[in-house]
Amino acid sequence: MKSAVLVFPGINRERDMARALAHVAGREPAMVWHAERDLPAGTDLVVIPGGFSYGDYLRCGAIAARAPIMEAVRAFADKGGLILAVCNGFQIVCEAGLLPGVLMRNAQLRFICRDVYLRVERSDTPFTRGYNAGQVIRVPVAHGEGNYIADGATIARLEGEGRVVFRYASPDGIVDPNWNHNGAMNAIAGIINERGNVLGMMPHPENHVEAAMGCTDGRGLFAGLVDHFKLAA
Amino acid sequence: MISNEPAITPELIAAHGLTPEEYARILKLIGRAPSFTELGIFSAMWNEHCSYKSSKIHLRGLPTKAPWVIQGPGENAGVIDIGDGLAVVFKMESHNHPSYIEPYQGAATGVGGILRDVFTMGARPIACLNALSFGDPNHPKTRHLVAGVVAGIGGYGNSFGVPTVGGEVRFHRRYDGNCLVNAMAVGIAQADRIFYAKATGIGMPIVYLGSKTGRDGIHGATMASAEFGADAEEKRPTVQVGDPFSEKLLLEACLEIMAKGCVIAIQDMGAAGLTCSAVEMGAKGDLGVALELDSVPCRETGMSAYEMMLSESQERMLMVLKPDKEKEAEAIFRKWGLDFAVVGKTTPSKRFVVRHGGTVMADLPIKELGDEAPLYDRAFSATAKLPTIDARAIKPPLGVAAALERLIGSPDLCSRRWVWEQYDHVILGNTVQRPGGDAAVVRINDGPKALALTADVAPRYCEADPFEGGKQAVAEAWRNLTAVGARPLALTDNLNFGNPERPDIMGQFVGCVRGIAEACRALDFPVVSGNVSLYNETNGRAILPTPTIGGVGLLGDFAKSMTLAFKAEGEAILLIGETRGWLGQSLYLREICEREEGAPPPVDLAAERRHGDFVRSLIAEGLVTAVHDISDGGLLVALAEMAMASRIGAVVDGLQDVLAEATPHGFWFGEDQARYVVTAKNAEVIAQRARRANLPLRQIGTTSGRVLAVAGERPLRVADLIHRFEAWLPNYMAASPA
Repeated sequence: MKSAVLVFPGINRERDMARALAHVAGREPAMVWHAERDLPAGTDLVVIPGGFSYGDYLRCGAIAARAPIMEAVRAFADKGGLILAVCNGFQIVCEAGLLPGVLMRNAQLRFICRDVYLRVERSDTPFTRGYNAGQVIRVPVAHGEGNYIADGATIARLEGEGRVVFRYASPDGIVDPNWNHNGAMNAIAGIINERGNVLGMMPHPENHVEAAMGCTDGRGLFAGLVDHFKLAA
Repeated sequence: MISNEPAITPELIAAHGLTPEEYARILKLIGRAPSFTELGIFSAMWNEHCSYKSSKIHLRGLPTKAPWVIQGPGENAGVIDIGDGLAVVFKMESHNHPSYIEPYQGAATGVGGILRDVFTMGARPIACLNALSFGDPNHPKTRHLVAGVVAGIGGYGNSFGVPTVGGEVRFHRRYDGNCLVNAMAVGIAQADRIFYAKATGIGMPIVYLGSKTGRDGIHGATMASAEFGADAEEKRPTVQVGDPFSEKLLLEACLEIMAKGCVIAIQDMGAAGLTCSAVEMGAKGDLGVALELDSVPCRETGMSAYEMMLSESQERMLMVLKPDKEKEAEAIFRKWGLDFAVVGKTTPSKRFVVRHGGTVMADLPIKELGDEAPLYDRAFSATAKLPTIDARAIKPPLGVAAALERLIGSPDLCSRRWVWEQYDHVILGNTVQRPGGDAAVVRINDGPKALALTADVAPRYCEADPFEGGKQAVAEAWRNLTAVGARPLALTDNLNFGNPERPDIMGQFVGCVRGIAEACRALDFPVVSGNVSLYNETNGRAILPTPTIGGVGLLGDFAKSMTLAFKAEGEAILLIGETRGWLGQSLYLREICEREEGAPPPVDLAAERRHGDFVRSLIAEGLVTAVHDISDGGLLVALAEMAMASRIGAVVDGLQDVLAEATPHGFWFGEDQARYVVTAKNAEVIAQRARRANLPLRQIGTTSGRVLAVAGERPLRVADLIHRFEAWLPNYMAASPA
């Protein structure tokens, strides 16, 4: 699996992401600067990591969504290439129009860093094939603006088409406002596009791939992607 | 000719925080009246914050050397060797005055400043900590300060991309008029690639990098060198505005040009901005500096030389670059979208010359600006000793169970989750132990080595007995590191006190520094960096003396780091150390009996060392399953914390003899020092070792069930304790201001 991790000024979880990819896939990703116009030849997976691209000034992800590299990313998506967008990455792909909706300030109006539980809604995507549907995983969040909001029709469509991939839940997998730390609509933590090749999610699976960090629940996402490309080869 | 607008009057001199005697010293030094710009430069260099004029002679008594110390105090940060060709670069610094005036920006720029100190030396920051002191929770300003300071620390550190992994928060009415914000940053560098401020070579270009210069923060350091009166709010314009995005770019750009070998000398622009950084680079290298202010990138038009020299705009650096690498360095800075301008050069003259619009605005002897700053041996009076309080003379107003419930739900002992959840503490993927334990543990690169980090002090002890309090602060930090299994290596100190011109305050300072020095020597725990913050005083009322100690320790293998949570039921609970039931200055006495009285617990440094080394060896050999040092609140609070962290209870019994001697409230809540609680599968092995080493150790109970059951006292469900522990801070912050 050849991965390319995008680096915009102010992105700060690119090292975490690169380490997780190297750890699970056994191959260092290419780091791609925002001012580039092309992705490295043969890229299988584009990863847009977390951070504060352009300081989150103007609006989270708004400036990065218009960076030079994004044209290549859009073309890559149009050809069905896989894109994993985490945290600020999720905000960027929403701003770029690759996913619907918007990430608003957390309902509590505070930045929150803690482990949360996610219910994996589907296992039949390249991103979640390493999990079982209904499985609950523990991964950290670290964001001030992760409250997913979209208009009623969009939410209905996402739900109707089964495009909500991760949902905040209790450790037993029950969706409950007490376990939805940021107030996201329908407890949405991650969604996929219509074609199924762009995943946006707020939590950080890349911080839970090593036993040393006390939990490896995030590993399945990367391991699943590796399997996906192995089967495709 | 040096222009001189406005005229130098006694009022103008006083407004610059200079005394008539200090002004006379300036006249003698330069043989003429200074220009307005020069007066500003002197005020920037000679204020308390930059010159350490009241504290310097006492700081000389601190031990700063050890075989593993690469750089002690005097540079941007301290540097210690941790083997494998790696070094740890770290420092703690206060941002108290600005944080009180404008909590969000004050705290944010405090974090920004300390991060710059660390990466200026060539280190990539891997962790931040902070120690916060706020006023009485019922004071009308406290909630606003807590919310702003915590959001500011998070806002800067989270965006910059460094995990904030630990620290402390306290409340006391003596901080009503002056909150304390002490920020610590820790970085990792190659031991043979440390960068310093010392310029070398004549005619070398001096390069300005980073953000543009604005009118913010002018006189910030002077403001921080005076006490507050009723007009504190009016000082808001002296507070700088932080931009973590620029700082993140500055970090990456600096590390990149350092790796390319472009840098001869580097100094960040912190307190007193361009003045302090340029003078420091020249003075340390025995060189003169000529600055051309027309080249300084400015955010606003029409800035005067005075304003440019005193601006404390953030995220700026000054460097001396290798001339043949200048183009390469410039390309890297342009790539990161940062300003890059040659603003001067080194000269052989040993003069500090500042030109603006073709006019010489300042021409001063560069060495003397720093070296000839006033140095004061201020009068001090020793703090009177307080009587020892006998636990038997204290009538407990509550039973042991009720007292524990109240203590763990009190402002100083309750959970700090509300605070640290606003800090990204997992970014960089190396946080092995998150906030909430005795010390944070952060893996270095991919391991197996890791650092243990802590920040600690008990100001109530320091107020009651500065010497013992200073000792205790060091011992406590050393214990915190030991409790996670680390070997304590070195510390940074952040000394926060009131007005040093008052002999009683100066007495607190001198006593604490002597206590710190004694403990550092006894524990082989040198001071490698630090910061002094004086004049933390409002309307004549000073803060509690607060010498915060930031400790760094090393673990050979992060996988062997120890946590305080009970691990399983049926394990022996062992108490290491002597319990006499010392209630003087305890939280029990303050929170339960509403008395802030007596002598604080004495610190036996030999016992600290013996007990700590013993605990560390037990951890290294895998003989213990949980370790917690006993500090604020005493033994029962420590046991409750171990139970709450694991949701496992304990049965505690067989203590009739000690309870009779120390009294139950003294035994459970006394704050005797040099103590740890450990759990073990096999208690006998440990007991034998303790006997051989002649260490006080006894089994006090067994982990069991979901209830904390102390023989003879009301049993407490761990779930209920957790509820109380977690409730206070969120409830307090959610309540509408009074």
